[in-house]
Amino acid sequence: MDFTYDDEQQALREAVRGLLKDAYGDHEARRQAVASDDGFDRALWGRLAEMGVLGLPFSEDDGGVGAGPVEIGIVCQELGRVLAPEPYLASVVHAGGLVAAVGTTEQKADLLGRLSAGEIVLAAADTSPGGRWASRADGVRASVDGDAWTLDGVADPVVGGEAADYVVVTAALPDEGGTGVFVVSADAVTRTGYAAADLTRAASVTFDGSAATPLGEPGRDLSESIATISDLTRIMGANQALGVMQSQVRATTDYLKSRKQFGVTLNTFQALTFRAADMYVELELAHSMVEWATMTIAGGDREVVADAADRVGLAIARAGRHIGQEAIQLHGGIGMTAEYAVGVGTAHLEVLDQWLGNAHHHLTRLASRVTDHELVEAV
Amino acid sequence: MQLELSPADAEFRDRMREAFQRLVPQEIRDTVLEGRHLTRDQIVESQRALNAEGLAVPHWPAEWGGQDWTDLQRHLWHEEMQRAGVPIPLAFNASMIGPVLAQFGTEEQKKRFLPDTANLDIWWSQGFSEPDAGSDLASLRTTAVRDGDDWVVNGQKTWTTLGQYGDWIFTLVRTDPEVKKQAGISMLLIDMTTPGVEVRPIELIDGGHEVNEVWFSDVRVPGDLLVGEPGEGWTIAKFLLGNERVGVAPVGATKRALATLKATAGDLMDDPLVRARVAELENDLLALELTALRVAAHSSDGAPHPASSVLKLKGTVLQQAVSELALDLAGPASLAARADDESPQEGWARRSAPTYLNLRKASIYGGSNEIQRQIISRTILGL
Repeated sequence: MDFTYDDEQQALREAVRGLLKDAYGDHEARRQAVASDDGFDRALWGRLAEMGVLGLPFSEDDGGVGAGPVEIGIVCQELGRVLAPEPYLASVVHAGGLVAAVGTTEQKADLLGRLSAGEIVLAAADTSPGGRWASRADGVRASVDGDAWTLDGVADPVVGGEAADYVVVTAALPDEGGTGVFVVSADAVTRTGYAAADLTRAASVTFDGSAATPLGEPGRDLSESIATISDLTRIMGANQALGVMQSQVRATTDYLKSRKQFGVTLNTFQALTFRAADMYVELELAHSMVEWATMTIAGGDREVVADAADRVGLAIARAGRHIGQEAIQLHGGIGMTAEYAVGVGTAHLEVLDQWLGNAHHHLTRLASRVTDHELVEAV
Repeated sequence: MQLELSPADAEFRDRMREAFQRLVPQEIRDTVLEGRHLTRDQIVESQRALNAEGLAVPHWPAEWGGQDWTDLQRHLWHEEMQRAGVPIPLAFNASMIGPVLAQFGTEEQKKRFLPDTANLDIWWSQGFSEPDAGSDLASLRTTAVRDGDDWVVNGQKTWTTLGQYGDWIFTLVRTDPEVKKQAGISMLLIDMTTPGVEVRPIELIDGGHEVNEVWFSDVRVPGDLLVGEPGEGWTIAKFLLGNERVGVAPVGATKRALATLKATAGDLMDDPLVRARVAELENDLLALELTALRVAAHSSDGAPHPASSVLKLKGTVLQQAVSELALDLAGPASLAARADDESPQEGWARRSAPTYLNLRKASIYGGSNEIQRQIISRTILGL
């Protein structure tokens, strides 16, 4: 058992942190990036590709780097620390993950090679309007005529969908045949973009007889793989949320030490320092869960990873509410402003949880299994 | 980063699991697992059985019966012990005065006390808190005045847990009233059979007799029973209280308590709200256990890990939360708290209210949770 990073992992963290600090060390740069047409910084995306960060999860045969979950988690934590709006989770982890899990050798080499090189952006469309974290598609339906597949329906929210060159869609197969995964060119759909509460971009994507290419063997039910990739994305989203919360706790303690009221700095008041201590407690407990859930992935057992995703999803959602709310409260009015990163971080935490799975969702699943075991084993 | 235990540590864990089952009688382990009270004799029997195989005081120096284990191995030892329902070796002996004497004691004190302390041939009590010195321990007023080679002790200690069983008591006493309050404190070891020592029980809200007042009236203590130097008592007390990084939070025992509750709750486990409360507690306990593992796996320099405060704070809160769930599941049956064994109500339900009340202590003793918040905000966050 080892909870430490090796030298290479540490070097990766330093490199990514350095790059992101140059890009978003000043929160104003993030405000400009989310206000741009793409909603993120294309030049930074290119530099992430050059560093190999976009290809981390994918095998070298597919044009990637073949790194492990811990490395991907490190990148997500660093993205979270500066609230980077780049669609890494949506494009690389989720959409890229689906391609890697179910695509043919040729499809993987083509799509993942170009994704790793920063030549294309992908988005994953798996949620129908009003839908809630289902691995079984109901908003988009697939039809086949000979070898030609087409899709109809609406997916929303599609995170990063506006800037994507290809949409990786989960769709109901004909004749109750389960759920397939398709790749659709952005040219073949109608997209309406919007900003989420944290100002990152998402889209409503309408398929209207859109030409689609099945990933993997056409017509096969891929629900299990879809669920696993959602679980992996949930765990990586928790890594990103951890980075957000680490920044919030640091910013809050710095603020308590520097901000003066009644002629003294705020850390004079025990009512405030005790609340900061409670934020730290929740941060450390959530941190342990994130590292643990990330490490379970390497074991390759779907059920273990699904359980870990629920556990870390619940933990991170509880911690995020606590830390996100207290960060604003302890800052006071400044925490409410869009020009200050702390309150925007709270918005980002909410977007991550409502997108990937909130406390209610994960607790419902954990409660349904609660009598299946005597004890929860950590190791 | 690696989740699995190394083969050596996995083997170590299996060895602990086997030893605890074999060494400690089932009757004692069942008593612990069902949350019933242990007798003095059961606690002594269990510790002696562990000590016979070197499992009572592994964290002591090897020459006094300790084991050269890593912190992770000590964590596994502690967890497996709780899992098996083995009583944790008496804290006053194993975690408090033993390590203090090993560090600060004279060679003669070590030889005289450490083997008997490890084997629980001497039952130690703790004489720190006083009526006006709780979290503010340095305000203590019990005095020790030099008379020839002896010290003469007068004053009152309180909250002395299991003092009714005590053979000896390690005390903090004021030996110099003239200097800064921390600097005037010394540690004295006092034989509780000495004339002038009186133990008076305190009845607690759970109806139990767990703690006591200990009064000292002109108690004469030989000079060679002072630990360290005169005035070194505060340093020793800080060492004693900060000594433990492993076992700060009762993770294994709380997990067991929740598992037992789940098994006894019967049809109540069909209630979706109960299921959700249990699932949430299990998740919080997992986070706590993983944090304890992170602390254990990361510390090697012997210094207290700052995250120990996180473990103490959250560990006690969760211990209390499980007792609240038990009480809620017991419902009206919990009113039979002081009914005798002829009661038609089940034992766990009858014990639920006293246990809930008793565990309110957990966030008060060993540095109250407010003290832990102070440590976190000052030491870790620099506030």
